Amino acid sequence: MESRQFYTRKDKFVLWLGYTLLGTFVLAILVPLIYVILASFIDPVVLTNQGISFNPDHWTLEGYRRVFQDDMIVRGFINSFVYSTVFAAFSTLVCLLAAYPMSIPQFVGRKVFNTLFVITMFFGGGLMPTYLLISNMGLIDSPLALILPGAVNVWNIILARTYYKSIPNELHEAAMIDGATDVQYFFQILIPLCKPIIMVLVLYQFVGMWNSYFDAMIYLEDPSLQPLQLVIRSILVQNTPRPGMVSDAQNAAMMAKIAEQLKYSTIVVSSLPLLIMYPFFQKYFEKGVMMGSVKG
Amino acid sequence: MNRLKPHAEGTLHKKLVYIRNNWQLYVFFMLPALALTIVFKYLPMGGLAIAFQDYNNRKGIWGSDFIGFAHFMRFLSSPDFITLMANTLKLSIYGLLWGFFPPVILAIIMSRIRSAGIKRNIQLLIYAPNFISVIVMSGMIITFLSPVGPVNQLLGTSSNLMTDPNAFRPIYIASGIWQGAGWASIIYTATLSGVSSELVDACNIDGASLFQQILNIDIPTLKPIMVIQFILSAGQIMSIGFEKALALQTDLNRAASEIIPTYVYKMGLQIGDYSYSTAVGLFNSVINVILLITVNTIVSRLNEGEGL
Repeated sequence: MESRQFYTRKDKFVLWLGYTLLGTFVLAILVPLIYVILASFIDPVVLTNQGISFNPDHWTLEGYRRVFQDDMIVRGFINSFVYSTVFAAFSTLVCLLAAYPMSIPQFVGRKVFNTLFVITMFFGGGLMPTYLLISNMGLIDSPLALILPGAVNVWNIILARTYYKSIPNELHEAAMIDGATDVQYFFQILIPLCKPIIMVLVLYQFVGMWNSYFDAMIYLEDPSLQPLQLVIRSILVQNTPRPGMVSDAQNAAMMAKIAEQLKYSTIVVSSLPLLIMYPFFQKYFEKGVMMGSVKG
Repeated sequence: MNRLKPHAEGTLHKKLVYIRNNWQLYVFFMLPALALTIVFKYLPMGGLAIAFQDYNNRKGIWGSDFIGFAHFMRFLSSPDFITLMANTLKLSIYGLLWGFFPPVILAIIMSRIRSAGIKRNIQLLIYAPNFISVIVMSGMIITFLSPVGPVNQLLGTSSNLMTDPNAFRPIYIASGIWQGAGWASIIYTATLSGVSSELVDACNIDGASLFQQILNIDIPTLKPIMVIQFILSAGQIMSIGFEKALALQTDLNRAASEIIPTYVYKMGLQIGDYSYSTAVGLFNSVINVILLITVNTIVSRLNEGEGL
């Protein structure tokens, strides 16, 4: 919609009002992000006393040194990476598999399975029953407690099923006539045609796991198993930096300033992987939203 | 292997033959998701039984005493009930009302930007906050608003907004819009890009002003999607943003930040009153389902039969 050539004065006023609104929103997003990045390089004393400074003498990499020398952050990074990768791969595989029979119109039991899945989108056992189950299964302090319960994502099954339906049925018929089994058809013909949707599902699940903290907080008690979000939670939210990070401070006031500045470096470091991958994968994330809206 | 072969008398027999011929579909494709769903979604629903018991970890779910609706009565008659209900509803309803239109407005404005490059960059930027985790988001809020943080430096004050119950909802809702409005606008932007240019041309020839064009083309185009988004949000009213509320909660802002889901967490995992916590959680989900059905019915009535 851009064929309009002439704007009257009233139109221009409306247009500029709109652009001003949009500009304000863009600035509101940009300013905090830039502030975080700048603050992560500023000397703690300068930052708490006067804020951002552009004097090069006030710039330092100390914040990053403190973050990276902490074993827990490094370990959290590795844990998060492993959990997110395994979760994304496993969850996507399970959902892709389940979506296949659901895409076949004559599949006996399709309605029953569908109802069974959809109910779980709106109703569940809730916190304690789920916790007791996980605990009774002996999954406390097991990464499986993070990976298994959320692996079946009904929304993703619906997305995959919709995508399968867009693939010509003749392919399926031809494969069957040639004597292929469903498993052979699925892996050798269908999956290679589904790369875009697979990309979307893997990215969604990866980001979801990377950013989550609640399940890890209640199921993982062993500090060495904690994902990154849980490690940075104590620094950012509970305001308790890891002891080794501020051990060189001479007094409590100095320690508080370092702890404050440290938060900015922590934010940057923990958001780095997603920030780096985001521009490359943005089109897939967007595509996911679109595909979801085609058939809800 | 031929699932088109119609060679049986009864439908039941036909179905069994289908299942036998296509066993792979059931065993290989369906079973993993089905087993996970039954174990991790339906078993906990069975576990809801402890809401009606005086659950005791030692006796387990089969041995604990049945006490009916006692926990529900306790919750409904407790002094916390009104506060919790009010906090939950205010947080989500205000959040829904404030947060619903910004994505629509963003999409309408962006559809008027002619330069594809500028549009692309704006989108890249305003979608980005969606990928910030709850912990980092909460950390940013807490750090910015801390007594020595940039907001106080800018204002020349040293107040601590995180301990002020009156500030909790505005902080929660504003940061929600900051983080989610751009991402939520994607669906509206996509819808607007599908508007036929003939419609716009006709509008121009008729001499419609830009404002009239927005009112008569953009808004009606977006309306069906807006209805769906509204129903979906309304269905989330009782389960909204629990993780962020928990992360932003301090002892001093609890008067506004204690909502039913955080209360369920506190009573269950921190205090250890499993049965009571489960009862409160069940109460919450039942209200949620009722709300979803009600809103869907109302909207589909108003919208000539178009609900979900």
